[in-house]
Amino acid sequence: MIVYLVRRFGQSLLAVVAMAVLVFMGVYAIGNPVDVLISPEASQADIAAATARLGLDKPLWQQFGIFVINAFQGDLGTSFVYGRPALDIILERLPATFELAMVALFLSVGIGVPLGVWAGMRPESIAGRTIMAGSILGFSLPNFWQGMLLILVFAVLLGWLPAGGRGQTTEFLGMQVSFLTLDGLSHLILPAINLALFKMSLLIRLTRANTREVCLQDYVKFARAKGLSGRRVVLVHILKNIMIPVVTIIGLELGSMLAFAIVTETVFAWPGMGKLLIDSINLLDRPVIVAYLMLTVLIIVMINFMVDVIYSFLDPRIRLSEMKG
Amino acid sequence: MTSTTTPEPQTPEPQTPEASDPVRIDSPVMRVVKQFVEDPVAVFGLVLFIAIAFVAIAAPWLAPQNPYDLAQLDIMDGGLPPGGTSFSGQVYWLGTDQQGRDMISAIMYGLRVSLLVASVSLGLAITIGTIVGVTAAYFGGRLDSLIMRVVDLQLSFPAILIALILLALLGRGVEKVILALVIVQWAYYARTVRSSAIVERRKDYIDAAKCLALTNRRIMFRHLLPNCVPPLIVVATVQIAQAIALEATLSFLGVGVPITEPSLGLLIANGYDYLLSGRYWISMFPGVALVLTIIAINLVGDRLRDVLNPRLQK
Amino acid sequence: MTKLLEIRDLHTHFFTRDGIAKAVDGVSLSLERGQILGLVGESGSGKSVTGFSILGLVDAPGRVVSGQVLFDGTDLIAGGERLLRTLRGKRIAMIFQDPMMTLNPVLRIDTQMIETVRAHEDVSRDEALRRSREALVSVGISSPDERLETYPHQFSGGMRQRVAIAIALLHKPDLIIADEPTTALDVTIQAQILSEVQALCANSGTALIWITHDLAVVSGLADHLAVMYAGRIIEEGPTRDVIAQPMHPYTKGLIESVPRGKKHGALLSQIKGMTPSLLRLPSGCKFRPRCPRATAACEIEPALDVMDQGRRVRCVHPHTENYPEVLAK
Repeated sequence: MIVYLVRRFGQSLLAVVAMAVLVFMGVYAIGNPVDVLISPEASQADIAAATARLGLDKPLWQQFGIFVINAFQGDLGTSFVYGRPALDIILERLPATFELAMVALFLSVGIGVPLGVWAGMRPESIAGRTIMAGSILGFSLPNFWQGMLLILVFAVLLGWLPAGGRGQTTEFLGMQVSFLTLDGLSHLILPAINLALFKMSLLIRLTRANTREVCLQDYVKFARAKGLSGRRVVLVHILKNIMIPVVTIIGLELGSMLAFAIVTETVFAWPGMGKLLIDSINLLDRPVIVAYLMLTVLIIVMINFMVDVIYSFLDPRIRLSEMKG
Repeated sequence: MTSTTTPEPQTPEPQTPEASDPVRIDSPVMRVVKQFVEDPVAVFGLVLFIAIAFVAIAAPWLAPQNPYDLAQLDIMDGGLPPGGTSFSGQVYWLGTDQQGRDMISAIMYGLRVSLLVASVSLGLAITIGTIVGVTAAYFGGRLDSLIMRVVDLQLSFPAILIALILLALLGRGVEKVILALVIVQWAYYARTVRSSAIVERRKDYIDAAKCLALTNRRIMFRHLLPNCVPPLIVVATVQIAQAIALEATLSFLGVGVPITEPSLGLLIANGYDYLLSGRYWISMFPGVALVLTIIAINLVGDRLRDVLNPRLQK
Repeated sequence: MTKLLEIRDLHTHFFTRDGIAKAVDGVSLSLERGQILGLVGESGSGKSVTGFSILGLVDAPGRVVSGQVLFDGTDLIAGGERLLRTLRGKRIAMIFQDPMMTLNPVLRIDTQMIETVRAHEDVSRDEALRRSREALVSVGISSPDERLETYPHQFSGGMRQRVAIAIALLHKPDLIIADEPTTALDVTIQAQILSEVQALCANSGTALIWITHDLAVVSGLADHLAVMYAGRIIEEGPTRDVIAQPMHPYTKGLIESVPRGKKHGALLSQIKGMTPSLLRLPSGCKFRPRCPRATAACEIEPALDVMDQGRRVRCVHPHTENYPEVLAK
């Protein structure tokens, strides 16, 4: 088990290093880092100073060393637009994105898994077929388009909910959050649904397929033959088996949720780090882009690592075989 | 008491309906086609997709106007609702945008760009992915594990994130979007091809082919590759729908195709500002076209997956 | 005293896209307390479905269409899911064919045993654990405490089947339905399990329905045999009599196709043809197309005729030539 975790941790570290190299190559080797990292409006003296600070006059491998050392110290460049460290600006926006992704994850798991189990237990029923048809729709509609439909229906036509922004926020565990006030909540609902729908469809399909497969297994029949209640058969015998693939997908999708938050935040003008990224791309604020990329890569690699740990805990076949090996 | 007459000749009981008639043995392609057409929903999807593709290809001849020939546009016709009539008496069934552009024509030309980007990137990504996948499976060993490490590493990051970053560094442009889509997608094909080829690789006939001193290239592409085609088709239908959606998303975010060659995604983005003021048609109708295209492909893909899945064929 | 189990005219059908498959088509059986019944047939003969029908465990698209299953005088079919659940695992237990598949791979053995105890009796976890330990010992598993804390994949196939049997024994049921429980095991393990089950049932007075395709296995175990073909019982009687003097040509064929090693080098006889599809059964006697004795008279379905000595056979031309001698024996 420990051997497995250590090895897995090593792989994660390798992924971060690989991505750091790629980002570095993208910025330093392919483009002209002076253009990328130093504001176009900078004076000749500023450019010279920055060139010296970033070590752009040194050989490539030394530049990479400086890049890594700076990155470890949290220095991923200074925003052209805000004139402040890029990482600080992103970290300021992180709570908004984090809140949005968490609520969306909660929605997609809380609704998607039960619906998928339901549809898997009764695949031929009308409810089962309706759930499946709905999930195909949720799968097919592009994310931004779903968001626009939500705005059109609930904000423009019905006027029930605001079309964008974050609303009133309060402090919770040292973070500014929306979900504790009514105004904040009303701003949060549509973007969270938007971000959740695609994952929900994915989870419905996955849970349904796994439930169907598990239901056919002898051990489910044996559990019933033991006289267990239907609830226990579903909640313990079936759910515990389908949780293994479902948790994996949830974890992997959490990473992609951060990426899709870029789209949702843009559609709903939600002031998170995804919207910041798009704004930075439009304003050519490249240090912020680089910082965003490095931070997101780190987060995704961390999530993937945690998923593997949880996965190995859930499946005794892996946990115990690795223990021996 | 005993009798030797058997009232009915007993034929061996087959497991599958296909084998019930030993005289008529269909080729694998015919079997797939036959099973495909059994599902009316999938046939509907296929017909719809063919129609959409036809409209996209024939747009310059079908469209009422060339939406990018500024001489044909009249700013006085701007923002007409669906069914509105212009000063010259022309009816715009889906309305016009702010510049007085006919939405039908804009959608047809937008489809053209969307499908072009998706299909070119699909072709390139399949080619690269297949070569890499077959090579990894055939030679195995270190090369294989190195290639698969790279593939896994790339697939562990969301496609949209990689594409977005690439385009943020590269800038806008049709060819840049295609490049980004290829970079994002090749890994899916490489993994698919590699996993079917590696199963095939272990079979005896490959060793036999090696004994015949056939060239590596010949074994790889004439013997290994054909076995990878069914899963490749399934992945390709899923991926082309994804590519269309991804291109639309990128263009919607403003990092995709340039405004001189708008795809459906860019049309939707252009109309987005007017959505809140009630001029829904400018972004809604391109969106409907986009969604219909994706749904049509997904319907076909769902059925193909069932028909081509060897596990369900037993 | 009422019989322990009496099945009357049971029909279980599978409603498939290609038609209705009558997996169980008018089966009647009865079983006394402590008796061992061997239910024999090829795959697809409906023997397993009969077993599942008793406990209401037939999976969709199948369902019990009509008939009665009287357990200790109560009709289980009419009683429905609520009644069945109180009996399953408590008074009627089941053992499945493939021990690799019957235990849940992600739950520990103790979880799977304790939940069985507590599904029917309101006892503490410790008490349930104590009973689980006892049950494991009774099926010959040493160091049960250690075993309880492991997962199924850490056991061999034979050990898993012992665990499944231990689970079946937890409530000392009146009836165990065993669906080919030794088919998937090695021959030596098979013999061990067989004799253990026999001893356990004899000690506790548990009745047993042993479902199998293997006449050799069941002939040494069962008091009574019922042979199924295409959803019907075609022959039934005391095991010794049926083996000594099979009356139905199908039973005769089954017995003759068991290798006995007496005549070295002699060709084994076999039943020609294949098991018919339940969707395309011939009219009349279902065995007719494969039967060496079939005549035009077989085109009308024969009834299950009652013969002497508690035997029943469904055949127009039964092998009764030497029957009186056998009776005189």
